[in-house]
Amino acid sequence: MPLLQISEPGQSAAPHEHRLAVGIDLGTTNSLVATVRSGVATVLPDAQGRPLLPSIVRYLKDGAVETGYPAQARQAEDPKNTIVSVKRFMGRGVRDVAHVESAPYDFIDAPGMLQIRTAAGVKSPVQVSAEILKVLRERAQASLGGPLSGAVITVPAYFDDAQRQATKDAGRLAGLNVLRLLNEPTAAAIAYGLDNASEGVFAVYDLGGGTFDLSILKLSKGVFEVVATSGDSMLGGDDFDQRLFCWVVEQAKLAPLSPRDMRLLLVKAREAKEALTFHSESGITARLSTGELVDLAVDSETFCGMTQTLVHKTLGPVRKALRDAGLSVKDIQGVVMVGGATRMPQVQRAVAELFGRDPLNNLDPDKVVALGAAMQANVLAGNKPQGEEWLLLDVIPLSLGVETMGGLVEKIIPRNSTIPAARAQEFTTFKDGQTGMSFHVVQGERELVADCRSLARFELKGIPPMAAGAARVRVTYQVDADGLLSVAAKEKTTGAEASVVVKPSYGLADADIERMLRDSFTHAKEDVHARALAESRVDGQRLVEATRSAVQADGHLLTAEERSRIEERMANLEKALEGAEHRAIKQAIDALNRGTEEFAARRMDEGVRRALAGKKIGSL
Amino acid sequence: MSAAAARASTSSSHFELFGLAPAFAIDQERLEQAYREIQSRVHPDRFAHAGDAERRASLQWTTRVNEAYRTLKSPVQRASHLLALQGVDVAFETNTAMPQQFLMQQMELREALEAAVARKDPQELMKLQKGLASDQESLEQALARRIDGDKDYAGAAGLVRELQFLEKLEAEIDAAYEIIE
Repeated sequence: MPLLQISEPGQSAAPHEHRLAVGIDLGTTNSLVATVRSGVATVLPDAQGRPLLPSIVRYLKDGAVETGYPAQARQAEDPKNTIVSVKRFMGRGVRDVAHVESAPYDFIDAPGMLQIRTAAGVKSPVQVSAEILKVLRERAQASLGGPLSGAVITVPAYFDDAQRQATKDAGRLAGLNVLRLLNEPTAAAIAYGLDNASEGVFAVYDLGGGTFDLSILKLSKGVFEVVATSGDSMLGGDDFDQRLFCWVVEQAKLAPLSPRDMRLLLVKAREAKEALTFHSESGITARLSTGELVDLAVDSETFCGMTQTLVHKTLGPVRKALRDAGLSVKDIQGVVMVGGATRMPQVQRAVAELFGRDPLNNLDPDKVVALGAAMQANVLAGNKPQGEEWLLLDVIPLSLGVETMGGLVEKIIPRNSTIPAARAQEFTTFKDGQTGMSFHVVQGERELVADCRSLARFELKGIPPMAAGAARVRVTYQVDADGLLSVAAKEKTTGAEASVVVKPSYGLADADIERMLRDSFTHAKEDVHARALAESRVDGQRLVEATRSAVQADGHLLTAEERSRIEERMANLEKALEGAEHRAIKQAIDALNRGTEEFAARRMDEGVRRALAGKKIGSL
Repeated sequence: MSAAAARASTSSSHFELFGLAPAFAIDQERLEQAYREIQSRVHPDRFAHAGDAERRASLQWTTRVNEAYRTLKSPVQRASHLLALQGVDVAFETNTAMPQQFLMQQMELREALEAAVARKDPQELMKLQKGLASDQESLEQALARRIDGDKDYAGAAGLVRELQFLEKLEAEIDAAYEIIE
């Protein structure tokens, strides 16, 4: 593996070494993995040559897990243990889930995120998603011939913080180094924009299996700038199946169904929906477990009628995004269609009518997101030479705020802010001698806390007793490049600093991830320690490599003494890497990281200076 | 606080960051270009494979650059930043005194907005939006004269507050579209 190649100190690793990086579209219905090979983004198929992996996981009594097509084949037979559309449950509680009554699962309502009781024990949506990711990781490694250096995982642009955090946790649990969470419409825009060398303002209309996103992007000279995003994280192709399913139940006057029959009819409904894309009529025929025969014909007019409100529901977010961007439909050069559900003719018609132009369908709507993610992964892994990279500027979809008096929300970072972003707000005590303050972090556009999503509650303790209104508590919200939030609070008037940093409550603690990994190893027969060692070696090797190339590129920013101190720590890390102690490696990594902080800051300053001096980067 | 955080937060004015002279009337294209030049050097996407120290420095710089860009792009924020550099506080929260005539006009506009919502009339909303845009433009021109020409910073504060009033109305019109839809 090129990644593990160790070169002599002072000598750089081979300049053309290619790091294995993939893009993963973790979809509601299907998932895909893609990579860039010889400059071309390609979807990696399974051993049978199938590009899609159905996002379906089945848990068996003996603890074994089936994923993809085998699970799909058993879904009607074993509905309670076969989890489909798990993406709908990511970062969600039971009461957040639509059609919960027709989902055949044994849900457990847990704080933050629901769980599902299966034959193999209680599983969280994060664990179920990790099974899907694991299969894709193994597929990629088999196909590329080595361990992956990193992965970009896509999420709906309209996913909130809880859903994003859950996705990232699933990636870690699957043993992936998650380079970035990338918004699906943005990934599609990258694939489309680079393929067509497009310039101008584009809208991406992304109707997937369970989510709807609408993003407006400005494409110019190698910069992809998202100007506004909007959507509905609870609307997708699944809802069209659901409408047809309800129609069947009504038409055939069926009594309440068993989970098995329910799943059977949902599968038949989906097949009929897909057939109606190409034919004006389709049939639904199924023999229920009661012996009853369902045999109905449905034409496209009837289907359009029953799903009209769903199509209409996507148009509100389109208009909202246009208003947020300060644009009208006339300003849009093209509308890119993404997601299998956009194949439905009524969706195509509605979008064409709203924008007054035919939407663009020249890339496969099932693959375009994975391809764009692979292209971005290739850039993030550092495989593109400087000057050929592009710049991606994305936004947060929903405002982040804090609860104030009377259950109202004060917005701290407004929606459509370019990320990374940080904003601080000051608060004070309202009682004499008050030594603690509690905060409630929320996300959403509504004015009342009750109408927004609760992300975290935390308390700042240890404020020295003062008169009411004298304390100055500064609360800082920081959103990183993945769109993930962290919050810090600090009392500023006194020397005695009270400070706290919170990760929203549904996020898994490192200990949880470790425990889940241990659990999974009892089946996989892989050693936790061996894995920790392998991971720290990859991390350490990466850091040595990055530091060496930084010293080589910008060594002039260091004094001889500073340089030798960094080199000493680098040598220590390399020595630790030869051993088999993952803790020793970790310590050496931390030491080198601390020792290069000032250097990193100087390099960044230098970068800004160079940018202003007009030394242009080729692609810009 | 890390070295980069300290540097990213203490460094000079937002104008200086982008190599622009501090003024209300700015060259939008130059601002955009400088923003993109800097982002292409400091953005986290350039350091996804680097060590923790560099990733952190990159996050802090990008955050600072985004904040500066957002401030300079918005006329209200740009003007308040300019006045703050001159030691003048616009005092959005505490100073609510407005000329009588301006307040009358604002009340009329808000009444028209409420009526348009009650009638569910998107045409009227568009008309209001158009009128508002032209009011904003003339106010911005007045601000440019007051700040860049007269250097009357204290006098400019009142105009900035008026401009913020119009910005709030703009947000209310946007929200009204959602209500009537």
